[in-house]
Amino acid sequence: MAPVTPSDAPGTDPSGTPALTPGFHGRPRPSGVALPPGQYEVHDFPVLSAGPTPNVDTAHWQLEVRTEDHATWRWTWAELLALPQDDAVVDLHCVTRWSKFGTRWRGVSLDVLLADVPSAAQYALVGCYGGYTTNLPVADLLGGRAWIAHTYDGRPLDPLHGGPARLLVPHLYLWKSAKWVRSITLLRDDQRGFWERYGYHDYGDPWREQRYQGD
Amino acid sequence: MTTSDVPRLGERSAVAHGWRTATLVDAWHETATARTLVLDVPAWPGLRAGQHVDLRLTAADGYTATRAYSASAPTDPAHPTHVQVTVQRVAGGEVSPYLVDDFPVGAGIEVRGPVGGWFVWEPGAAGGAPVLLLAGGSGVTPLVAMVRARRAAGDRTPFRVLYSVRMPTDAMFLDDLTGARLDGVESDVWFTRAAPPDAPRAVGRIGLRDVAHHGWPADLAPVCYVCGPTAFVEAMTRLLLVLGHEARAIRAERFGPSTD
Repeated sequence: MAPVTPSDAPGTDPSGTPALTPGFHGRPRPSGVALPPGQYEVHDFPVLSAGPTPNVDTAHWQLEVRTEDHATWRWTWAELLALPQDDAVVDLHCVTRWSKFGTRWRGVSLDVLLADVPSAAQYALVGCYGGYTTNLPVADLLGGRAWIAHTYDGRPLDPLHGGPARLLVPHLYLWKSAKWVRSITLLRDDQRGFWERYGYHDYGDPWREQRYQGD
Repeated sequence: MTTSDVPRLGERSAVAHGWRTATLVDAWHETATARTLVLDVPAWPGLRAGQHVDLRLTAADGYTATRAYSASAPTDPAHPTHVQVTVQRVAGGEVSPYLVDDFPVGAGIEVRGPVGGWFVWEPGAAGGAPVLLLAGGSGVTPLVAMVRARRAAGDRTPFRVLYSVRMPTDAMFLDDLTGARLDGVESDVWFTRAAPPDAPRAVGRIGLRDVAHHGWPADLAPVCYVCGPTAFVEAMTRLLLVLGHEARAIRAERFGPSTD
């Protein structure tokens, strides 16, 4: 291959810096939606996960919360559905840069689920059927901002999107909204989950563009 | 080299901070709709087969768009600052038509990465376990990087590749996957819409029997990498589970919209 000297490059400025993507126009600039930095809007619902889609039977499904003192709370599927239910309309922001606006979910607020759990833990590690994990602060599970969601757009949540139930924490990048949720372990010290160990951010705020460790 | 130029150990798993301005130094078409870009990235820390990079495009008014693209080759020690990605043009896409049709050699683009540590293979990975690569369409890109990494290292890990593609004109990297360079990489190419006249099998999707006959038996505990559109990945990972492969030995990367 022939190396290109800066003087050959189109649009090179005198300092030798090549012009960035000359002729790139992009889509019409978004209006009417609040896009976090570096995101673009989609209207379909892309699927991203690191392995096979687990097939979880609600007859055997359970959700477990473990405290830092090793106390354990469990809910069966019927017990989850018997709790007060929330309807939430939220925007989703995936670290792979798509954002989807106005998605409709039904599920149980973590405020309800965790109300009686005695814990002073600051951190949570969420575990899933299939082995996926993700970490986030307990504070982000509370305050009406997080749900165990089982219904999407009026229908039972498709296994592709995390059914029968997934964590929904839409104010953080979507990898924190763990699909096929199975457990929440409350911890005194932060413990990294699956993607976080591979360099993704411990917190993942899309508005501060916290994609990777150090952002 | 000053100390500040030395990559930190943390960068092996973490993503290096900030954007680097790269120059497109070479480019060629793999098919009519897929183009390989060779970017020269200053102070590039190198990447492993299976990883991807973020590319940020800038319009004249300052608007930017960023997308992730898989590398189609691991870092070549002869060109340590080069990053090679292969971009498939998506009809109606915002970024890929520009990168495939218009992005000129000599121009700049911002690069961040490498990204990803799970969908990665390098010699010695998983204790030298055999490798099964299941590719759907342009999902072959990170998988051919693994084949190239193996070959570049003179590694002898047994590889099997099952590559499903619509028609011969869509097939990429066949020189690397099949033909004269059989050195322990066994490859089969399936055509789903139209096959060449001399194709050894009829047109059709990869099925259970194909994976059973052309993949590895589960008791050899291979590491299985599956990459393609969501429907392909869902179908292939289900077949692998049915054939007894452990879920944790199946690594998946999904491309494209969920409705594909």
